[in-house]
Amino acid sequence: MPELGKYASEVMSAYAVSLLLLAALVGLTLWRGRAARRALEETEAEAGRRG
Amino acid sequence: MSLWQYANPVKFLALSARVQPVLWALAAVFIGVGLIWGFFGTPDDARQGSTVKIIYLHVPAALMAINAWFMMLVASLIWLIRRHHVSALAAKAAAPVGLVMTLIALVTGAIWGQPMWGTWWAWDPRLTSFLILFLFYLGYIALWQAVEDPDTAADLTSVLCLVGSVFAVLSRYAVQFWNQGLHQGTSIPVATGNRSVADVFFYPLVMAMLGFGLLFLALVVYRTGTEIRLRRTSALRARMNRGA
Repeated sequence: MPELGKYASEVMSAYAVSLLLLAALVGLTLWRGRAARRALEETEAEAGRRG
Repeated sequence: MSLWQYANPVKFLALSARVQPVLWALAAVFIGVGLIWGFFGTPDDARQGSTVKIIYLHVPAALMAINAWFMMLVASLIWLIRRHHVSALAAKAAAPVGLVMTLIALVTGAIWGQPMWGTWWAWDPRLTSFLILFLFYLGYIALWQAVEDPDTAADLTSVLCLVGSVFAVLSRYAVQFWNQGLHQGTSIPVATGNRSVADVFFYPLVMAMLGFGLLFLALVVYRTGTEIRLRRTSALRARMNRGA
């Protein structure tokens, strides 16, 4: 761990907030993408059954 | 072979399946190397102390906040001129990514500004134009949600994107337009090449900027695929309901 001196809280909080926001963005993107893929597969299967 | 072939949703999805693993992997490598190198492997700045390490988040996020809007502008123009649905969906897909990048730039800027300027916020030209850009992102996303017909939503959001581009330009050049305010000028002017960042900070910063750019690309390609699937699902549902 580098010596951050008197600005340690500023540096650490900037990294924590940014990485949290990036992780939330990536996580929500992947979750929504999987849900959309599943919904399309189910709808296509249903449409196929109905002919 | 033409770029326009990817306006076909099926071809776009096929291309995105091929390029996504590469984009995600490269983004992870460049962001990882840039942030770890910047955080652990660079010294404190003589004047700013360890707060200089915030540069590896603040500058790449600000860069992508502005460039995301320009990507949306290009995609919106393609929609308005050529009516390619994939381009409208790509613009829609990019907006939340740009919003988060703008938020990171604003938050890290405030955290950095407090010890350096003695204040979290000032109505400085660049800060203010970034705040307005953030509000434009929110308005753009809200407008997509508010309009039921997807083509009408694409038309209206494209016009909003054109208007918001003024503030994206101001965010980039505000420091040059108004020679006042707390925010410093551009540290890495591409046009002149006279950068004010020392090599020891510059190289990890370049890695982080490339990483953020690649992450933006990976997210937009993935999210555009999601929007295409959602559009296809609702079209199929509408067709089945008409047939029932």
